[in-house]
Amino acid sequence: MTQQSRFAVILVLPLAIFVAAFFLLPMAQLAMRSLFSGDGTLTYAAILATPRYLATLGATLGVAALTTILTLVLATVVALFLARTRFPGRGFVIALLTFPLAFPGVVVGFLVILLAGRQGLVGTVSQAVTGEKIVFAYSAAGLLVGYLYFSIPRVLLTVMAAAEKLDPALEEAARSLGAGPWRVLAHIVLPALGPALTASGALCFATAMGAFGTAFTLATNIDVLPMLIYTEFTLNANVAVASALSILLGAITWLALTIARSASGSGVAAAG
Amino acid sequence: MQRTSPLIRALGAGVTFLVSAFMIVPVILSLAAGVTANYFQGIWRSGATIDWVAEVWTLYAGTVFLSLQIALATVAATLLIGVPAAYVLNRHPSRGARAVEEIITLPLAIPGLAIALALLVTYGGFGDFRKSWAFILVGHVLYTLPFMVRSVMAVLAGIDARTLEEGAASLGATPWQRFAHVILPNARPGILAGALMVMTLSIGEFNLTWMLHTPLTKTLPVGLADSYASMRLEIASAYTLIFFIMIVPLLIGLQLFAASLDQTGARNRTGQPAEEIRP
Repeated sequence: MTQQSRFAVILVLPLAIFVAAFFLLPMAQLAMRSLFSGDGTLTYAAILATPRYLATLGATLGVAALTTILTLVLATVVALFLARTRFPGRGFVIALLTFPLAFPGVVVGFLVILLAGRQGLVGTVSQAVTGEKIVFAYSAAGLLVGYLYFSIPRVLLTVMAAAEKLDPALEEAARSLGAGPWRVLAHIVLPALGPALTASGALCFATAMGAFGTAFTLATNIDVLPMLIYTEFTLNANVAVASALSILLGAITWLALTIARSASGSGVAAAG
Repeated sequence: MQRTSPLIRALGAGVTFLVSAFMIVPVILSLAAGVTANYFQGIWRSGATIDWVAEVWTLYAGTVFLSLQIALATVAATLLIGVPAAYVLNRHPSRGARAVEEIITLPLAIPGLAIALALLVTYGGFGDFRKSWAFILVGHVLYTLPFMVRSVMAVLAGIDARTLEEGAASLGATPWQRFAHVILPNARPGILAGALMVMTLSIGEFNLTWMLHTPLTKTLPVGLADSYASMRLEIASAYTLIFFIMIVPLLIGLQLFAASLDQTGARNRTGQPAEEIRP
């Protein structure tokens, strides 16, 4: 070994030891523990045979998919507007829209309570206007609102960057050939934004699948996968099922992020 | 600049306004509620007070200090582990280096809950380690390490580190001297941006921390979850206010830093998009 490569090994050694001891070994352990339940049955088969687990998996996929679709629609409209309009305070608006990116999920859950909880803004306004107090923070709708809140900034950043790079000449050409605004949108703008929408949509989906803090704070009446893992582990001490569900969840988010990466061609990754 | 129809432009403006309101109104509500004597009566009728903030401080000051302690330790650990590794990964690009980069980025693709569970089933039996704040520190380092490594790698990719180093080598500098006196000073913007990011992420981390904490090792976000579940709205809001006061300067610093790095073109290759942060 040359002096140069010996030096490189020494420099990379602390990272290698840390990752092996605190990531690779624990993940292998988790995979082992997930295989068999206490009574010797195969955990994954048991999960597939339990309607409650399947219902939770379905609900989580549904919430994540709905979050992704709504976020993509809203973020695309906002991104196109911000990319093509210059107005005083534009930078401030962009900062406002992207700042909540670093808010923890628990805080997002609390913000939903302030909006739609028992003492929330929506309830107060609706009571004053119609006499009926609308409270939806602790339902599936509240969960969706929270997921939208943390998804919009992430997706917006990516789509806005892509919208800035659109070539206005293409749209001009389409328009000069007589295409109406919706046709330009459907045939020129959206296809050009395609990779960014796929990448940020997959990222959004993975983030929503794995999000724990928001569901935890809202303690909603619909169960999502991360909450199920948490209750199986802490309340039921069901380590095998919690481990298997974690592996399953990790596989889903990892797959979504792999799609995101191949669409964007760069390293993108995040899950709750 | 574009001949978009006025109707579409008005639609865009309207949606942008509503989405902006959706993002900012709850934050304002939270800030206001933290200094309102009685939120049910409203700030105008019951008046403003800092009593709730003071009460939060007596109840939860410990969580603020523990979070700062863990955040600083996480920064120190990611510097020690991540910066030398980032240099090697940049200097010796190979399939192995790609694989290492992939592996250290995996903790971002796997939900924090799953990683925490893996740590618990492996090290939960080591009582003293399990009960100490070092257990939380390990989780935070795992989660923030990729941000530090890639931040430093991005800057090293932007400056021609190899030529600089060869120059130093031709003058007789040893590998260690080249790393300490050529690479580290040149990587400074990446190290600083990485440290800022790691600090911000560590202070706000909840998913791992909630599983790894004990009643004696409660961090700020853990305390927040606690107060949301069991305290009156004013106290929960005042506590959130304290969290915002800690996190917002870091976020502003990050945005300014990102803007200045963008200008130098240092984020070209592995520049880290902020959307990788998980809620």
